[in-house]
Amino acid sequence: MSVNTELKKTTGKVVGIVSNLVSVEVDGPVGQNEIAYINLDGTKLMAEVIKITGDIASVQVFESTRGLRTGCLVEFEGHMLEVELGPGMLSRNYDGLQNNLDAMEGTFLKRGDYTERVDKSVKWDFTPIAKVGDSVSSASWLGEVKEGWIPHKIMVPFKLKGEYKITSIADAGSYTVDEVIATLESSNGEKVDVSMMMRWPVKVGVTEFKHKPRPFRQMETGVRAIDTLNPIMEGGTGFIPGPFGAGKTVLQHAISKNADADLIIIVACGERANEVVEIFTDFPELIDPRTGRSLMERTIIICNTSNMPVAAREASVYTGMSVAEYYRTMGLKVLLLADSTSRWAQALREMSNRMEELPGPDAFPMDLSAIVANFYSRAGYVELNNGKSGSITFLGTVSPAGGNLKEPVTESTKKAARCFYALQQERADAKRYPSINPIDSYSKYLEYDEVIENLDKTVEPGWVKKVDRLRNYLLRGQEVMDQINILGDDGVPLEYHIRFNKSEVIDFIVLQQDAFDKIDASCPMNRQQYIVNQVMHICESDFAFDKYEEVGPYFKKIINLMRQMNYQEFQNDKYKELEKELNEFVATRTVAQEAV
Amino acid sequence: MTQAFQKIYTKLENITKATCTIKAEGVANEEMALVDGRPAQVVKINRDMVTLQIFPGTQGIATNSEVVFTGKPPSIKVGDELRGRFFDSYGKPIDGGAEVDGEEVPIGGPSVNPVRRKQPSELIATGIAGIDLNNTLVTGQKIPFFADPDQPYNAVMADVALRADADIIILGGMGMSNDDYLYFKSVFENAGALDRIICYMNTTDNPPVERLLVPDSCLTAAEYFAEKRNMKVLVLLTDMTLYADALSIVSNRMDQIPSKDSMPGSLYSELAKLYEKAVQLPDGGSITLVAVTTLNGGDITHAIPDNTGYITEGQLFLRRDTEIGKIIVDPFRSLSRLKQLVIGEVTREDHPQVMNACVRLYADAANAKTKLDNGFDLSDYDERCLKYARGYSEKLLAIDVNVEIDKMLDTGWELFAEHFTVEEVGIKHELVDKYWKKA
Repeated sequence: MSVNTELKKTTGKVVGIVSNLVSVEVDGPVGQNEIAYINLDGTKLMAEVIKITGDIASVQVFESTRGLRTGCLVEFEGHMLEVELGPGMLSRNYDGLQNNLDAMEGTFLKRGDYTERVDKSVKWDFTPIAKVGDSVSSASWLGEVKEGWIPHKIMVPFKLKGEYKITSIADAGSYTVDEVIATLESSNGEKVDVSMMMRWPVKVGVTEFKHKPRPFRQMETGVRAIDTLNPIMEGGTGFIPGPFGAGKTVLQHAISKNADADLIIIVACGERANEVVEIFTDFPELIDPRTGRSLMERTIIICNTSNMPVAAREASVYTGMSVAEYYRTMGLKVLLLADSTSRWAQALREMSNRMEELPGPDAFPMDLSAIVANFYSRAGYVELNNGKSGSITFLGTVSPAGGNLKEPVTESTKKAARCFYALQQERADAKRYPSINPIDSYSKYLEYDEVIENLDKTVEPGWVKKVDRLRNYLLRGQEVMDQINILGDDGVPLEYHIRFNKSEVIDFIVLQQDAFDKIDASCPMNRQQYIVNQVMHICESDFAFDKYEEVGPYFKKIINLMRQMNYQEFQNDKYKELEKELNEFVATRTVAQEAV
Repeated sequence: MTQAFQKIYTKLENITKATCTIKAEGVANEEMALVDGRPAQVVKINRDMVTLQIFPGTQGIATNSEVVFTGKPPSIKVGDELRGRFFDSYGKPIDGGAEVDGEEVPIGGPSVNPVRRKQPSELIATGIAGIDLNNTLVTGQKIPFFADPDQPYNAVMADVALRADADIIILGGMGMSNDDYLYFKSVFENAGALDRIICYMNTTDNPPVERLLVPDSCLTAAEYFAEKRNMKVLVLLTDMTLYADALSIVSNRMDQIPSKDSMPGSLYSELAKLYEKAVQLPDGGSITLVAVTTLNGGDITHAIPDNTGYITEGQLFLRRDTEIGKIIVDPFRSLSRLKQLVIGEVTREDHPQVMNACVRLYADAANAKTKLDNGFDLSDYDERCLKYARGYSEKLLAIDVNVEIDKMLDTGWELFAEHFTVEEVGIKHELVDKYWKKA
């Protein structure tokens, strides 16, 4: 932003107040989205410029405006809403504006209580990577500190433009984040001191990478209904719409526990505080199977629960994305989860309404789709300038009003996200969890040649085709079920019952998964492959029955056996025992197939 | 409230159905004022033009009416003296007693820092099996009854309140009929529970906009007892649909663009601000919130129940079971999201399995009933399911049943043994060995 960065600060006076929309009469230049502080009897309230008309700036205040009067002084900061980026963010619980919730005093949140975002008193063991004389540009890696188990790269600030030479760099040793660890010189002799911390405006995407190829490598989530049926890629985007009670949050928590990522950033955006408390309480106790460390050690929580100020809710998703981009530029695999993006959209609606903008559908702002698309586009798999790669995989939940998917937020998101995981009320009611509808959901990545090719390598040759056949069995099962419902059990051929029950096997064994069971909660890809092959063997076998009454109980037993297997450690003795029993039982009814 | 130095304004520039505008200086946002003696609140300031929302309405207000600003946001007095008292929306006694003396605190204050919350883990027993057995409540939870207007939700809520082991019960009435108000009052009196009760009441006799103050008053009083006194507080809010209706009236009069179902776009935030006051604090104090959201013909896709469902931790549905002619808590549609935190942990080990088996067999009975209704033959199992369902409704689900949770579980096992085989019930073998009632 170019306005008045070095000049004296623009100031102003409050002249109008409607809820958290405040008009300020200014005495100098102001920029759109510039940050301002309103001084209310010594308490500073943070606000963001969202409209400028002549010398009146309309600002949205990130706090309650109770007690605010006309005439209160306002100072403009000359920059947009920024995050502070540096070591020490891991395992933190931040609010939507990146204030450290643990550092705040008292039971209740206090207005204007802005904490240090990155702890400036901690010393970090710095090891230089670059050396004096090296030529660097923004985001070049200068050194490294160990932040927990993450090799946290110290980078040239993203805001610097052009080429620089390192004229000095600190030796290995302990430093705080605000100490100078390197000095850079530009081609025209300008010197810049660099510390381990930088700032970045949250609404601007970080583009410090060489290019952004199409995602091609699978991001395992441990959830079969995702990984097998509609996989998401590293750097991919997806969204989970579902009515209340369909299990959005349980699914997101399951993914956050099991996903194959270096770092998980959870943005609790306008949702229940007790759900965040669950993360605070559970994550430090849970062990990440990949690193053997507590889950909290790879997690950052950004939390603006539904009762926290609305404007900061909008900021929270951007704060999350900016932190994710920072870690991606270090070459890490980041998973960003936002629950729920509908609440963010509602925050936009509230402001648009107060500004008396002409409304779009359902009173949402007209540019909602553009805002959503722009946000999703910041995720992605990138190749960095130094040849390494990093990624942000983004999964957002959507809470459609009345459970109706034909509403603006769902529709806008559908245009932007590549994976769609439709949670279905009927499945949730029938306790078929996760309630992801296998037919309506999709992953666009399955159309990418590079994805198909990669899955051939990482899972097995012809995997995508096999899963397609699996999906087809499900679809046929559903069609048959409709027929049975109309014509009755004895009104359809015996073959229909077999077909329907085969799809039930897929449903119970592949799709359904117990998020609360220690073993079944997370299913690695090799196990998923094994299960799919077993299920496919059953689906592609021919069975002989005399009458339809025999079909249901027979398949129920198959389902029960395979379910028990899902609860066992993969390939342990009990598993093998059950598998043997299963194979023998399946063989009792199968008829020899003629060679195809 | 009027202080000596306060300026009295007497020139109103503009009067609408609900608001008036005057020229004034140094007025604070959300400050309370009196317009011709009627309570009003600052809702908009544009330079020296101040718009006030007059809670009782503007009928009869003249351009020369007196306007006095109090210099304070809406607030109530809190203290031990609140116990046993009944107030109107502004915190004025309506029980004939004296004004309370206590610390004055603004209502609608800030939220609890999420990291200072504790995970709820303490069970609230109500004696109603439809709740304790199937949808166990936990301190710090927020849960509404979704009920049609003809259902006896207020009576059920009064039962819940009296049986729940709470230190303080705070009742907030919004658009409550005067009859229901008297009902609550007499039930509380007869139960000898008055010293635990605090009540803020807006009846249908009072102007609708006034009721916007009720939930905040209740919750501010609740915060005092929960945070300062470490007490277990139960807040009852009825009816939240009428509260939301008042919100839509106000937003309409403020020329805001309505979103779904004519509700203001901020409905979710407004409701969340209230419901999220439910909290378990680390020092033992808690606020549990049980509300009523009346439905229109059972439609839960309407903006009010829909937004509520996204905020609350479950919902309870009432239904008349025609088989036994009694009101039951519907085991299919009701849900308590926090029950996982206590069942089988705080309660007996067989609780989760008995609960699930009961509901599953009840579902089988529902299927059998559909078969029967459609004229199909019933199997022996179907017949037994129907008999079981009757017993389950009568002995457990009916809301007039009042027993301990262990007894509910025992009754469950008795019903299983009476109607089914061990295989049909499908409970873990260790539990069957321990609890199956040999007939």
